[in-house]
Formats: sequence, C-alpha cells, structure tokens
Amino acid sequence: MQIIKNLPQQTLPIHHAAHIPGTPILKANNLGVQYNHFIALARVTFELNVGEQVAVVGPNGAGKSTLFKVIAGVLQPSSGSVKIAGQGPRGHICIAYVPQRSLVDWRFPVSVADVVMMGRIGKLGFFRWPKSRDWQLVHQSLELVGLDNLSGRQINELSGGQQQRMFIARALAQEAELMLLDEPFTGLDIVSQREILKILETLQQRGVTVLASTHDLQIAQESFDRILLLNHKMIGFGVPGEVLSTGRLLEAYGGHLHLINEAGATIALGDTCCDGDGNDESLA
Amino acid sequence: MNPLLDFITQPLGYAFMVRGLIATLLTGIVCATVGSYVVLRGMAFFGDALAHAMLPGIAIGYLVSGGAREPVFWWALLTAVLSSVGIGWISRSAQVREDTAIGIVFAGMFALGIALISTVRNYTTDLTHFLFGNVLGVGPRDLLLIGAFGGVILLLIFFFYKEFLVLSFDPLLAATLRLPARSLEYLLLILIALTIVVSLQTVGVALMVAMLVTPAATAYLVTKRLPIMMALAAGIASISGIIGLYLSFYLSISSGAAIVLTATAFFLLVWLFKRLSDMRTQRSAVGN
Repeated sequence: MQIIKNLPQQTLPIHHAAHIPGTPILKANNLGVQYNHFIALARVTFELNVGEQVAVVGPNGAGKSTLFKVIAGVLQPSSGSVKIAGQGPRGHICIAYVPQRSLVDWRFPVSVADVVMMGRIGKLGFFRWPKSRDWQLVHQSLELVGLDNLSGRQINELSGGQQQRMFIARALAQEAELMLLDEPFTGLDIVSQREILKILETLQQRGVTVLASTHDLQIAQESFDRILLLNHKMIGFGVPGEVLSTGRLLEAYGGHLHLINEAGATIALGDTCCDGDGNDESLA
Repeated sequence: MNPLLDFITQPLGYAFMVRGLIATLLTGIVCATVGSYVVLRGMAFFGDALAHAMLPGIAIGYLVSGGAREPVFWWALLTAVLSSVGIGWISRSAQVREDTAIGIVFAGMFALGIALISTVRNYTTDLTHFLFGNVLGVGPRDLLLIGAFGGVILLLIFFFYKEFLVLSFDPLLAATLRLPARSLEYLLLILIALTIVVSLQTVGVALMVAMLVTPAATAYLVTKRLPIMMALAAGIASISGIIGLYLSFYLSISSGAAIVLTATAFFLLVWLFKRLSDMRTQRSAVGN
C-alpha cells in the first residue's frame, strides 16, 4: 500500500507554459540527482531538437528512470537544470511519461479507451466531462497505433505489445510534444518491437520528440538519431556510430559487458546493477 | 394472509426497523462506492485502522455528553478526519515501514478509546454499540446526518471521478498532468474517514472494514469497469443490509454481525461461482 509516499513535493495548478521559439525542446544542463549519499545521476548535459528521437542506453539501475522523472518534472534535481522549450518542466503538460509495463496494475477495472482518455484530463480541468472532441482524439490516437478495434477491452486482455501501444496512444491523446518512453521494447517479441518502431516513425513525421530508454543496442543503433549513454553519469551523447564504441560501452557496462556479434547484430549483456552506489561493481 | 408477505411486512411495523433499514441502505451504498477505491488501491488495512483509531473521539463525545448520540457523531467526525490526515502524513514521513506505523498508531488510539470508555461504570453495553454498531437505535436525526453526509460523499466521488481514477491507476500521470495530486490524495482519505463516521451506527468500528471492502471485492470479481463495479457493490451492500437486518430481527442476532455475515456469504458464493466457471472455460479450452 502506498498512500501518499510517492507523490511529488508540490504540485502546481494546471496551466500551459508558453514555448519560447527557437529554443531546443529539451535542454538538460549539468543535471544531478542525489538520494541521501547515493548519487543517482551526475553531470548530465544534452539538448534535444524538435522531432529528434534519442535512445537512453545503460545498465539496469543506471538512472534512466530517474532522468525521465526529472525531465517530466515529477522529481526535483539536486543540481543543474532542465528546460523544456525554454521553461522549467513544471509548467508543461506537453510532456508524456510512458511507464514501464511492469509497473502498471493491469487488473485495474478500466478499458483501453478509458486509459487513453486519462491523457485528456490535464486539458479538461476540474468538473468537466470529456466532450465529443476528446473522444474523437482518443479514437484517432488508438487508430494511429492500430488499436481502435480493441478500445472497449479490459486492459488485462491486451498483449504486451498492445499494452505498450495503448500507452503511446495515451501520450498522443495528451497531445504531447515530448514523449519519455521507459523501456518500451523490454519483454516484447520481435514482431511487437517492430510495430512500436513503426509507430515511432509516425511520431517522427508528426514532429514528436522521443526519448526512449532501452537495453537493446541494435534497436538503439538502427532506429534512433542519437544515443545517450548513461551509467549514473553521462558517458556519451551523439550519433550511434560515435557513442557505441567498445571503449565507451565498457565504461558504461563495466566488466559485466558481453558483446555478442551474431548475424550482424551486436547485443550488450549488462549486469543487473547493484542498488548500492553503482560504480564499484560496474567498474570492477 | 400470505405468510411470505407477513414475513416481510411484520418488521416494517416497527419504526426503529424502518429507520434501521434506511440507514443500512444509505451507508451500504456510500461504503461500497468509496470502498471500490479502498479495494483497488489496497487500502483495506488503512480503512480498518482508521475505523479503530476513531474510538477515542467517540469516547470523548460519549463522556462529555453523558451518552447522547449527536455529540458522539461530531466528535467521531473530528477524530476521523484528523486520523486520516495523520495516518496519511505518517505513511509519507515515517522512519519505519508504513504498515507498521499505521499498526502502532491504530492500536494505540484504540486502546486509548477503550481506556476512556472504561472510566464509566457499566460501560460494556455502550462499548459494544460502538464496536459492533446499533443500527436499530438510529433516530430520525441520525438518519438526517447519515443522509446529508452520505450525499456529500457521493457527490464528491462523482465530481472528482476522473481525477481519483488517474490518481489510483497511475499517480505518475497525475503528477505529469499537474493535477494537485497530494490534495486529491488527502481528499480521498478524508472521504474514507467520513464514510466510516457515517456508517458507525450500522456496523460499528470493529466490523467497518467489511462494509468498505467485502461488497466492492465481490463486485470486482464479476466486472472489469469501475463505474459498474461501484454500482454493483452498492447493490450487493444494499441487499446484504436488508437480508442482514431481517436475519437479525427473526433470529435475534447482532444486526452489524448479521449484515457483515450476509455480505461475506455473497462474496463466497460469487467467488465459488467464478472459480467453477473459470475451471469450465479452462477445461473446454484444453479440450479443444
């Protein structure tokens, strides 16, 4: 049971912060997050342009989810700053956080359309019920991810890939310009992964900026514009060919990295990192 | 005369039975609706603790008024709201595990309540009423309070439906959408507290958690839509209340216990039925 524990320190009233034109959609400057003595994130600096798709790669417990929470404005950084289109993240509802599937209560009694409609709530405000335009947007979003025929299903009846697509539809219904996808490929078969990648292409055509965390180096290399390599501190940020060098990967994954070359694909097998202060094991 | 009709109408000849029935129906509907969130969010222990933690408030109301019911209601209300906010605060900032912290607070408060009531001579009858309810003692004014507060609770659950839904399903989304998540969370805790106060006379503090959890859990077995779950739970609670009161009337058993036992029987029946039908579908799937 969690009653109030995991909520942010403060919440602001709903409003839409204006974008400052000409600024990058996301600018992280020397970000750091520290819990007590544990450094979850340190010295993370990068910029995203509108419509760019960037993969965040790193071992388990490397701070990928922490980074996403800071960008979404749910977690306050201990140092540094995040600017979304020139403003702090708290004033924006154009950011969508797409949770890891494993963290969702799939037995919750809601339908697929209900979940996608949740994306509209920030725009609706209190005491207002969804109007036909909201339902239209929900169904358009579901259509875009190929789930419109399943809109009345209970969420537990969906396959893993469909569940992931439903959450992307929710982010679309939210009219998000920046989507943070937390492990969207994990636990999916190849066919479902390809479907997600196809949706990512559609998102790019629509100018949606995407930040997606993944363990799959091949997907990161082939399907993303740039890669952010992370293990608590930022190890590299740039085009895949530059960032995914053996030296850098070894730095990120430490002695636990096994690079397997098979049929032209490179797979990195990292360890499941300790939940202590990460570096000791991974640099051993 | 039709004996069945007689069976049904005979208790209705007594005004206290009619008031008891109305109170049971009202509280059943409110408890089941609010209880749906309690079940979905895994807050059964919180609900149980909150009900028990109200006892000192009840005791003070009882002591200062010399046994009048209305001061007991207001004192219970005050304690419940304070306890819900207090437990919410503890769950956020405790050094020990949240359920441990709740356990310590609720047992401590409950003991304080018993200690206070035990200062009165011949306290056992009154204590029993607080612990297990006394729905047949509901007066016209009590009914008014139950109706008014029950109505307010249902209205708030209705108006904040979509916010409570998001908050319960995906708190992180609530935060990124800039909903005032913490205020909404406290509002829900206070609504649970009010529900408990309203239901105090029906089942008492000791059996309260059953009214919150059992009908909602029964409904959850058969539906996968929240509004339907709430409506079904309200229906199950109402029917359990009526059957329970009739059982209590004809068999001379405690009304609160009879209502809870009926609700529990409904749960077991539905659970058994669902198990059997699941097994049948599984077998037919294997057969294919």
